[in-house]
Amino acid sequence: MTDEIREIKGRGLPLPGDDIDTDRVTPARFLTALTFVGMEKALFCDERENMPDHPIDNPNYKGAKILFVGKNFGSGSSREHAPQAIKRFGIDAIVGVSFAEIFAGNSLAIGMPLITTSEADVQKLIAHTQKNPKTEYTASLETLMVRYGDESIRVEMLEERRQSYLKGNWNVVAILRSNLPQVREVAEKLPYIKEFKA
Amino acid sequence: MSERTLYDKIWDSHIVTRLESGQYQLFIGLHLIHEVTTPQAFASLKENGSKVAFPERTLATADHITPTLSQLRPFKDDQAEAMMSALEQNVDEFGVRFLNWDTGKQGIVHVIGPELGISQPGMTIACGDSHTSTHGAVGSLGFGIGTTEVGFVLETQTIVLNRLKVHRINVNGKLNKGVFAKDVILRIIHDLGIKGGLGQAYEYAGDVIDDMEMEERMTVCNMSIEGGARIGYINPDEKTFDYLEGREFTPKGDNFDRAIDYWKSIASDSDAVYDQVTNIEGESIEPMVTWGINPGHSVGISKNLPAQESFTGEDAKTVELGYAHMDLKPGDAIAGTKIDVAFLGSCTNSRIADLREGAKVMKGNKVNPKVKMLVVPGSQQVKAEAEREGLHEIFLEAGAEWRDAGCSMCLGMNEDKLVGNERSISTSNRNFIGRQGSPRGRTHLGSPAMVAASAIKGCLSNPAEMVGD
Repeated sequence: MTDEIREIKGRGLPLPGDDIDTDRVTPARFLTALTFVGMEKALFCDERENMPDHPIDNPNYKGAKILFVGKNFGSGSSREHAPQAIKRFGIDAIVGVSFAEIFAGNSLAIGMPLITTSEADVQKLIAHTQKNPKTEYTASLETLMVRYGDESIRVEMLEERRQSYLKGNWNVVAILRSNLPQVREVAEKLPYIKEFKA
Repeated sequence: MSERTLYDKIWDSHIVTRLESGQYQLFIGLHLIHEVTTPQAFASLKENGSKVAFPERTLATADHITPTLSQLRPFKDDQAEAMMSALEQNVDEFGVRFLNWDTGKQGIVHVIGPELGISQPGMTIACGDSHTSTHGAVGSLGFGIGTTEVGFVLETQTIVLNRLKVHRINVNGKLNKGVFAKDVILRIIHDLGIKGGLGQAYEYAGDVIDDMEMEERMTVCNMSIEGGARIGYINPDEKTFDYLEGREFTPKGDNFDRAIDYWKSIASDSDAVYDQVTNIEGESIEPMVTWGINPGHSVGISKNLPAQESFTGEDAKTVELGYAHMDLKPGDAIAGTKIDVAFLGSCTNSRIADLREGAKVMKGNKVNPKVKMLVVPGSQQVKAEAEREGLHEIFLEAGAEWRDAGCSMCLGMNEDKLVGNERSISTSNRNFIGRQGSPRGRTHLGSPAMVAASAIKGCLSNPAEMVGD
């Protein structure tokens, strides 16, 4: 099945720092777009303007597929524009210490795996990539390992989400749609749907 | 069955199925939509030739991009106009009820839901906006979702979720003078941290919460997401039922009696089991203000700013960035910091109770000539009520601007923005870098009373000294 995601391969892009909120990832003025096409242009655009050596613009990381981030990445606003911009920029997966809840749901919905590991290991990945930007990483959702050179790092993922990727059913809308008869049954049993009429 | 929380009860009654992945498909009782997070979702419905599955459980309004100075069409901003036209076309094509300006009921989505009585206890509510947690104040589960998920809800009236843990937060005792709901939630986020609620639902309880009016409870639940919690809620009680009675979408007559029985039944059992419990003493809370770049960076208004050494690891880096961006130094007093802008509005604090709280401080005073003050009611109905009570005159006489309903200066998506490195005191919910529309803008969060007090003095000020008894 084409939707299966078992492993992600490619170079890394280190983005150190905790609590990077979605207003920073995609500033609000880009939310007026009627389509996500081209959203990658919004990616961290305000801080890139003020920071000429921003990792996103660092030529050493050009073409990277895996983003390395700290704690609570994607906090704040529910805007899907944030993971859309990251994915459309070319990132296939993010490895971090932890992720904000809504950001995680949005990333699953668009098929961009979020992988977690300890703070020490994330720091190790970030430091290694900063020194050796050409390193190729392989993140396996099957073995839950990130490998590079002779190193391998054990990583974690919410089991439900891991299964969605391995089985290729993260793109759930078809399944949700096929359950519509059950959805209507659940609705029937809820008294507020009938406005509490006897 | 006993030992269950409100979260457990609503969750269980809304499960459609457990998916192969182990996640749950959950029925959504009410889908609130607005102009910003829907165009891509409607586009995908059109692509698939799908319909909105439950149009009667879907309600649209416009808030994020709407100008607050003149709401005449076409809007001055072409992109805003295009976005509004797209929403109008979509609600028309898909048969969704749209509360536009002509209805007199337009407003911020999290203000109008409770105001119309359409957000009710026992419901699951979803909206493409993270502050959907607000609706938890009426005893519902309010989920903020992304655009792809908005598409799921339009097409199937369901979303896919993992079950959350429930964290009970008891705020006991009483609040001191000058301390409001906003201070309570800022203190909770201060104590538990902005990651404290990851994977959790917050259940707020205790005497302080019991004593709060409904609109104050909305302020508390609104900022659950700022503490990392996906949702926050308060068990429905007599105040909830009194608040809902007689509102447009609230059941009437015998139906209302049956509704109350049901609403009582979904409250947490007295022996409910929680994954975590936190206790905070109400008397220990002082008027809070943020000093940094996330809602956890806050202090009591009488305090000095925390030492950088009191933070470790990456937190220390965020704190360092926060001090640099805000141009403040550890050890300094926060009170007395000069401000340029005072904003009273947003889904956190734009309801009639908030405007009354601000007006009480403002009455008979003038906004400092160096400060620009914006007062932005949360809905057309809030605006009308405030004008009936004469609150607008208090603000106007003080020299503040009295605007039309919308999200306004909370998020820099409309004409109301900070300029350059302006410093604001704001009743909104986020002090992130760039949040109020200027990458160099600086935001302090506080209660409506603090915003009014600071606007008068021209600097961050303790409202306790200015609110009467």
